[in-house]
Amino acid sequence: MAVINPTTFLLYLATALLFSLSTSAAVLEEDRADVLYHSYEGGGMKIDGPAILLRKKASESVALSAYYYVDTISSASVDVMSTASPYSEERQEGQLGLEYLHDKTTMAFSVRQSDEDDYLAKSVNFNLSHDTFGDLTNLSLGLAFSDNEIRRNGDDLFEEQSQQYRIRAGISQILTKNLSVALNMESVADEGYLNNPYRTVRYIDSSVPAGVGYQSEVYPNTRNSFSTKLSASYYLPYRAALFLHYRYFSDSWQIDANDIELSYRHPFGKTVELELKVRYYQQTQASFYSDLFPHQDAQNFLARDKELSDFDDLTLGLGVTYLIPKQFLINDWRSEASIQWDYITFNYNNFRDPTAEGALGEEPLYGFSAHVIRAFFSVYF
Amino acid sequence: MLHNHYNRALIIVITTSLLGVTGCAQPIEPWVKPYERQNLADPIMRTNRHPIANMHVAHVYEARESARGSEGTGGGGCGCN
Repeated sequence: MAVINPTTFLLYLATALLFSLSTSAAVLEEDRADVLYHSYEGGGMKIDGPAILLRKKASESVALSAYYYVDTISSASVDVMSTASPYSEERQEGQLGLEYLHDKTTMAFSVRQSDEDDYLAKSVNFNLSHDTFGDLTNLSLGLAFSDNEIRRNGDDLFEEQSQQYRIRAGISQILTKNLSVALNMESVADEGYLNNPYRTVRYIDSSVPAGVGYQSEVYPNTRNSFSTKLSASYYLPYRAALFLHYRYFSDSWQIDANDIELSYRHPFGKTVELELKVRYYQQTQASFYSDLFPHQDAQNFLARDKELSDFDDLTLGLGVTYLIPKQFLINDWRSEASIQWDYITFNYNNFRDPTAEGALGEEPLYGFSAHVIRAFFSVYF
Repeated sequence: MLHNHYNRALIIVITTSLLGVTGCAQPIEPWVKPYERQNLADPIMRTNRHPIANMHVAHVYEARESARGSEGTGGGGCGCN
């Protein structure tokens, strides 16, 4: 007679309990193809390009996906205009994914590469999600690793490395017939060369007529961060949807950030969906950031990257999706055409515009606005 | 006499606790039945209704803001400088 090991028995029991809370099996998302044109214009930068996303089930339990994305960048931003020359470059990103569904558990694995003249990033990503409690609850866990190679254009000897590790966990819960909520957490750890190799900080230098000197930024070699996001989705009685997201972020560079987003989706008839969005973001500065240092080598770490300063931004967004009527469909594949426009205003509280008129350290504070456009076509087949 | 009262109080406390514990041990049933989820299953309720657009949104914010993580797009970083 076979003897059951108590540990094995407990493991079986726990697995059986976890998997027996509900009986109906989950399904993989439907096959789809998306083609997108994106554009970002603001603050002297213009970034645009295409993107393609393909997703196809190989069987009832396996799905494959492919993603290709291009950024064509031309930059004459305020950082560039104060100490360097405008530049243009291209970034290409590719991603391949595999999803495997077993009963109520979905495992997703993907590899990704992002390539530009002076930056090569390779990453692997693994996610696990499980439906439980009568499919009212979904639990998820994810891991990612990225290896980056940083170069500096015009300097063949420059080559640096950095690595990034991510771990995430989430729970989403259906609370009522019309309300579901989710809590997601993610920790990110970076190590290696985290600077931008081109950017400089400015300091008071009375030995030169302009009174200002420049030196390269120096960042710490590690950065650890933690973020928590709380989301709620609510179905309104007249068939419309309301979404609320709140995220809190903090990191080892003493940056604390909060963002809150409210969006509303409203269908008109059977062919049009309207989406409105408002989002507010605010952050404090990194401990080693300063707009103007008192002298050269003023401290161990030095930064004047406006993304590390104290600032806030506000996004107003509008989106329209047109569901193509049945008589115009190819192969009866359900198709949609969408356009989304975001208007973002950035207000910096301690980053001054060195290209503007004003005494050193008393120039007006910097701010700019950006228009972001996404036009895309989706086919479900 | 005082000893009897003490014993009775102890029995009541234990019985009540046991009732409470067994009450709590009753499994909580999923309270929204599958046939009551048609509103939540409506395509307009999907946060990832447009995945390709969400990936771009996450990329724009990650490039312009210091906060990162928990975007819900399963991203692996900006991959840019």
